[in-house]
Amino acid sequence: MSLYFTKEHEWIRVDGDTATVGISDHAQEQLGDIVFAEVPETGKRLSKGQEAAVVESVKAASDVYSPVSGEVIDGNSKVADDPSIVNSDPEGGGWFFRLKLDNPAELDGLMDENAYREWVKTL
Amino acid sequence: MNRETHNGPTDETQVRGTPYSGDPAGGEGVQPPMLDKLPLDSWHRARGARMVPFAGYEMPVQFEGIIAEHLWTRENAGLFDVSHMGQLLVHGRAVDVALETLMPGDFQGAADMKPKYSLLLDEEGGIIDDLMATRRGDDFYIVVNGATKHGDIAYMERRLPDNVVIDYMKEQALLALQGPRAAEVLETVVPGVGDLAFMQAGPFHWSGRNLWISRSGYTGEDGFEISVPASAAAELADAIMANELVKPVGLGARDSLRLEAGLPLYGHDLDTRVTPVMAGLTFAINKRRRVDGGFAGAMRILAELDNGPVEKRVGFEIDGRQPVREGALVLDGEGNEVGKITSGGFSPSLQRPIAMGYVAAPLVEEGTALKLGQRGRLFDARVAPMPFVPHRYHRKGAS
Repeated sequence: MSLYFTKEHEWIRVDGDTATVGISDHAQEQLGDIVFAEVPETGKRLSKGQEAAVVESVKAASDVYSPVSGEVIDGNSKVADDPSIVNSDPEGGGWFFRLKLDNPAELDGLMDENAYREWVKTL
Repeated sequence: MNRETHNGPTDETQVRGTPYSGDPAGGEGVQPPMLDKLPLDSWHRARGARMVPFAGYEMPVQFEGIIAEHLWTRENAGLFDVSHMGQLLVHGRAVDVALETLMPGDFQGAADMKPKYSLLLDEEGGIIDDLMATRRGDDFYIVVNGATKHGDIAYMERRLPDNVVIDYMKEQALLALQGPRAAEVLETVVPGVGDLAFMQAGPFHWSGRNLWISRSGYTGEDGFEISVPASAAAELADAIMANELVKPVGLGARDSLRLEAGLPLYGHDLDTRVTPVMAGLTFAINKRRRVDGGFAGAMRILAELDNGPVEKRVGFEIDGRQPVREGALVLDGEGNEVGKITSGGFSPSLQRPIAMGYVAAPLVEEGTALKLGQRGRLFDARVAPMPFVPHRYHRKGAS
């Protein structure tokens, strides 16, 4: 299993040809109290960089982009029911969706965990 | 992830599409505005505040978190720094008569030390600012919004006679202590404040300093606004915070609290395109002045009182959980644009989205079903009474 991050603060955990996507701890911290989350439906096709989910805090509305292309195999209904999970467990139980990767080579341009955590410190 | 919209009192530099500090573009092309520091700047930072630009100052948007601070204020007492607001002392011969030319309130008959909500108007009846004015003997102490204070002063100086002088009390900080337990807390620091009724004010002494304290606020709760010399603000804040019923509260919760209380925010729900009648603030138009007029925009405002305004500020309850924010359109059943949302967000107390905005007069009845359009989506909404959360002001004899 490997973990990657985007410069838009999504994380993507890859296991074989399956990937789980969420927003980083830094992102939830920046957003503040999250009050609404909407996740994509199973079967939806996403291309890399496409708007895939919505997350809203008291102060802001944001789109979550798909870091890679693929077909959604699961949306996390738990975060839709209780969006505060994204604050309390952003990189675990607060995931947004899983997808089946179209092209694993798309992962090449993403940051690994160390690179992301170091980069976030500079923001 | 990309942040799309921001709402409420922190959105001056965070409008739609503007990169935030975590954005890879790093705010490219955005000139950092010249910002002043509040007297309590380091006090806020030492307590973990996240500071944002607002009204020309770096201000705390949150400490612990907006929802926690909001709920704490509804249950206990929240301490707000509102030192960005303009504190003015207006004086000179016949100052009351002069102020009545720009505002629809009864300044001549104003009782001493009784704050009154009023509106600074332009010649078309548009609202230049909303404010609190309190007679102090022959003078008036006026608190105006932070983002508008310099414009207000310039407008008043231009329009008022030369013998009326406006002193901008730059050396005063302004703290607000709000919540159902504010009175018991402040009574231990400044004995005697508990005797004030809501919308009553007076001079107090604390630790060798002069304070001016009003029992008032903008959260819908009981509370106080305390004018204190800036040099003593941190010491006073510490004295208040020594009580464990008090937590510091930022601008974010100030916005959600006033929205629940149905109170309009200048620059969002009020501006020069809106009259007091449209805004539903007719209580600020004094009875005598409705007959005599003689204030800026009186012709239009008095006609609107008689005939009704073309559109009016109303509240909305919205189906679902997703916040509908400032800028969303209000649509009728046929999809015609009939209004606009001017404030909206998630209510921490009610755990659902609420909003206020303007709609065409025939559609202002409570319960009227309308649609709200935001980012290509439609939301079912109904016109709802305000406040969304009942006011709990302290009335004399009601304690």
